[in-house]
Amino acid sequence: MEVGKTKKKELVKIKSIPYKDFKNNDYLEEMVRELHENGVNVVVGALDEAINWGRGNSLWPLTFATSCCGIEFMSVGAARYDMARFGLEVARASPRQADFIMVAGTITDKMAPVLKRLYDQMADPKYVIAVGGCTISGGPFKHSYHVVKGIDQILPVDVFIPGCPPRPEAMLYGMMQLQRKVKLQRFFGDVNKKEVSEKEYEERMKRDMTANS
Amino acid sequence: MSVQNKISQQFPTAQIEEKSDRLIVSINAELLREMAVMLYNDKELRFDFMRSLTGMDWGEAGFGVVYHLESTEDIKRQLELKVVIPDRENPFIDTVSDLWKTALLNEREVYDYFGVIFIGHPDMRRLYLRSEWKGFPLRKDYVRAEGLDMTNEEPDDSTVTWYRDKNGVPRSRRYNLFESGEYVVNIGPQHPATHGVLRFRVSLEGEFLKKLDVHCGYIHRGVEKLCESMTYQQTISLTDRLDYLSSLQNRHALCMCVEKAMGLELSDRIQYIRTIMDELQRINSHLLFFATFCMDLGALTSFFYGFRDREKILDILEETTGGRLTMHYNVIGGVEEDIHPNFVKRVKELLAYLPYALEEYRKVFTENIIAKNRLIGVGHLSREDAISFGATGPTGRGSNWACDVRKRIPYGVYDKVDFKEIVRSECDSYARYLIRMDEIKESMRIIETLIDNIPEGNYREKTKAVIRVPEGSYYTAVEASRGEFGVYLESRGDKSPYRLKFRSTGLPLIAGIDTISRGEKIADLIAIGASLDYVVPDIDR
Amino acid sequence: MFDFSIVTSSIHAWLSEYLSQGLAIFVECVAVGIGILALYAIIAIIMIYMERKVCAAFQCRIGPVRVGPFGLFQLIADVIKMLIKEIIIISHSDKFLYNLAPYVVIVGSVLAFACLPISQGLEILDFNIGVFFFLAVSSIGVIGILLAGWSSNNKFSLIGAMRSGSQMISYELSIGLSVLTVVALAGTMQFSEIVAMQSSGWLLFKGHIPAVIAFVVYLIAANAECNRGPFDLPEAESELTAGFHTEYSGMHFGLFYVAEFVNLFIVSAFAATVFLGGWMPFHVSGLDGFNRIMDYIPGALWFFGKSFFLVWVLMWIKWTFPRLRVDQILQLEWKYLVPIGLVNLSIMALCAVFGWHF
Repeated sequence: MEVGKTKKKELVKIKSIPYKDFKNNDYLEEMVRELHENGVNVVVGALDEAINWGRGNSLWPLTFATSCCGIEFMSVGAARYDMARFGLEVARASPRQADFIMVAGTITDKMAPVLKRLYDQMADPKYVIAVGGCTISGGPFKHSYHVVKGIDQILPVDVFIPGCPPRPEAMLYGMMQLQRKVKLQRFFGDVNKKEVSEKEYEERMKRDMTANS
Repeated sequence: MSVQNKISQQFPTAQIEEKSDRLIVSINAELLREMAVMLYNDKELRFDFMRSLTGMDWGEAGFGVVYHLESTEDIKRQLELKVVIPDRENPFIDTVSDLWKTALLNEREVYDYFGVIFIGHPDMRRLYLRSEWKGFPLRKDYVRAEGLDMTNEEPDDSTVTWYRDKNGVPRSRRYNLFESGEYVVNIGPQHPATHGVLRFRVSLEGEFLKKLDVHCGYIHRGVEKLCESMTYQQTISLTDRLDYLSSLQNRHALCMCVEKAMGLELSDRIQYIRTIMDELQRINSHLLFFATFCMDLGALTSFFYGFRDREKILDILEETTGGRLTMHYNVIGGVEEDIHPNFVKRVKELLAYLPYALEEYRKVFTENIIAKNRLIGVGHLSREDAISFGATGPTGRGSNWACDVRKRIPYGVYDKVDFKEIVRSECDSYARYLIRMDEIKESMRIIETLIDNIPEGNYREKTKAVIRVPEGSYYTAVEASRGEFGVYLESRGDKSPYRLKFRSTGLPLIAGIDTISRGEKIADLIAIGASLDYVVPDIDR
Repeated sequence: MFDFSIVTSSIHAWLSEYLSQGLAIFVECVAVGIGILALYAIIAIIMIYMERKVCAAFQCRIGPVRVGPFGLFQLIADVIKMLIKEIIIISHSDKFLYNLAPYVVIVGSVLAFACLPISQGLEILDFNIGVFFFLAVSSIGVIGILLAGWSSNNKFSLIGAMRSGSQMISYELSIGLSVLTVVALAGTMQFSEIVAMQSSGWLLFKGHIPAVIAFVVYLIAANAECNRGPFDLPEAESELTAGFHTEYSGMHFGLFYVAEFVNLFIVSAFAATVFLGGWMPFHVSGLDGFNRIMDYIPGALWFFGKSFFLVWVLMWIKWTFPRLRVDQILQLEWKYLVPIGLVNLSIMALCAVFGWHF
């Protein structure tokens, strides 16, 4: 018996973001290049570059997942998608040793203080990726009484990865965007906590990096 | 004497209504205790399995609690007990948690949702929400207070219990769960082995576990309340996100419930597709179980093996449904799209491949001496306890309780296929593990039987754009990957449900975790938790 | 075989020409110290890279590939990151002990590392009780771990440290017994002599059955000594988040991390030295032509080759087996390994006395 015989349907054309939009991954770099045209101190600049190369290529995630997106995050680490290729596989269970937190899954009112505390426990410099609709806006649970409508209310988010849940490829793309962003930050006098006061530091972390280059 | 006669003899005021699949008994709150004791103890009735416990807000009529009872001796004995609590200001009701232990957490849930206080319950705290939370969210007149409370939770181990004094007036008493001087360790909510955000307060004596207290609600998303403001077509999107590893099955349950209520007849093709999909999902879920189970026991490589093979199933599911995790495939009246032309071919390829994968798992983990030492005899759950806690699914079957909904109350085309219900009598973690491994094989057999015989027909029956379900209450269950997933729907004839309750597969499991793990070592707690295979968003809903 | 002591003695002679005896030795000590730290760091980087690649291979993945060719620079990036990462000082901790702990671990590890004879004439600490010294310094690490667990003021850390303490102290016994077996056969505790006497055949073959038993016991015990899977209870990720170093961040954590991997190398290199002949090439007595060809391969290559082979074996074990439980670990040690070790030692003593070896 043939299966597809019942109703042959023509293939549905899926509307999506055009592929060329995914190809301008360098837009961050370009923006910074423009801003840097006046020149920076050579020594500091070179040192910064070396440090940022190291920081950008060595981002260790915190093992953190609350729901569906967590399973996809596990898939990213597993054999087919293998985030180890980018050196991202050293998932640390202790927040002290992690560099960024993938907030994978819905954050509820009860979880919000815990998440904030986890973030506070991480050592600087630290980053946040919001994965999935729930962390971006509350997603399908936006009207619930117990769901935080977007974790940007409580944490400074660096990268948003939309989806419900995002595909592993999307997560990889998001993590690579974070790598780009890290590589473009200035370590000295910017994300190095010791040089500025606590409050100013928080401010700077929240601000978009392109604003103070 | 029939069940009906017996009840009406003992309780003349009880209203009894007979339905095709169950008996509905409505009583007032005062009678509950007496009736519960009779239903549980009477030799001829012996309703020893509480399938579901639902809190209700019936507006003017007061609050209510609905108990779904079943006798494990005779599947035909099904009972829905509706209890009305007329007093809206001070809703009190007697506990039944000493008879059915599954009520321990379920009654706390009802208290959390509706503020109904259960007298005699040993631990009347909120289950999901923070203790400072104002109001009871599932009451129809609930308005959420503004703002987000960002203060840290204080570790508070005191709890409250209610009793009646000699005049019958309810009184409360506070006490501490842990004695002072106990070494209490907090595991979770952010902990690699809790499979999400579950929190345990564990009292340790060296490496041994003295007592365990479960805190849930860190991923409580208020799905049931959300459903009350959605149309039926919208509600089905939320079931995928409860137990995301049984998303197809969960949705099957809800769709089936609504279809049954509307009296919608489905074509055989739909039933076949749904059954095959359910079984694919079950294999998928059990492979993930294998992966995480091994990871929790420290065998990291096996984790990758499980995931590697799971991707193959996801490919098939993705081709037809378009999703990897939240599939959105079942809809009311059928399935979203017809199966992909490649579907049959690829499923057959998968069926040919899986035995090799299973053989590899056997070599690398099942037969491993360390794994056996870690699992055999660890985490004993007796049959009585399993029934009392309502721990269905592979956990219950590992405790020698044949509780498979596919056999008990067949749905889909399960009555047309020949498959074994795997039951083991060892009652330990290893049994629970082996059952899942064997169930993969049974699921493969089911798919093998069905895949070549998918009949022609509609893949989706016509339904109206706005669905209105006739007034009444409906309960449907499916066998999800980790147990009985039930949907209790009460409709008032509107376009959205009046109350929609999901019987969580995970809540009974964690209710029993204290009993299972007491006296074991802390490392065993991880093994036990992994072998129960709960999914936290399904517990918290 | 090239004797490296020619180089060292010529350097010494050259330095003595310009400097007084004492100053020359001081300069040499500094140079050796820097050299050994550099080698330590390089070994650490190689080990971690190897671990990531080996585990990726076992898990059907490819591991780091993006940073540099074959991901070779991945670890350099990690080191840079680790160096600039903030070091958090916990407010309710014992600050002195908390900061001291990682250094105790690393000092013990470096000292043990210094004992290993890398090639002929290239041994840094070589004296008549070398094996004894090695066993003593390599167990300093456990103090660091206990300190870390205690001073962190964290219950998980404390449980991890306690587990680690009981585990390492127990397995020390098995290591001692199996090493003693070899010493009984070799008749010396000096590393250079142990290696030299293996020129006619590695001790593993010379001591036949008891030596093989001692080798297996040693590998199991050494694996436990390094807190590696299946004995990784002290930092059992699924139970204790990160065990005794849960609260450590930045380079303090880095030191624990590095020490863990180099310790793995050290125990493998030690096994390679006493059982598999260290830098001594593979010799078969009687086949002089074959032996001479083998001698062309430099000693350091033999040493690292054997060591990394054993490292690979231990990694294989780690990435295959599930984790044991704490009582099972102690049972394995006290009920099986120690009695086996004792009996084995007496058999070896008989073999040595009556000359029943090759």
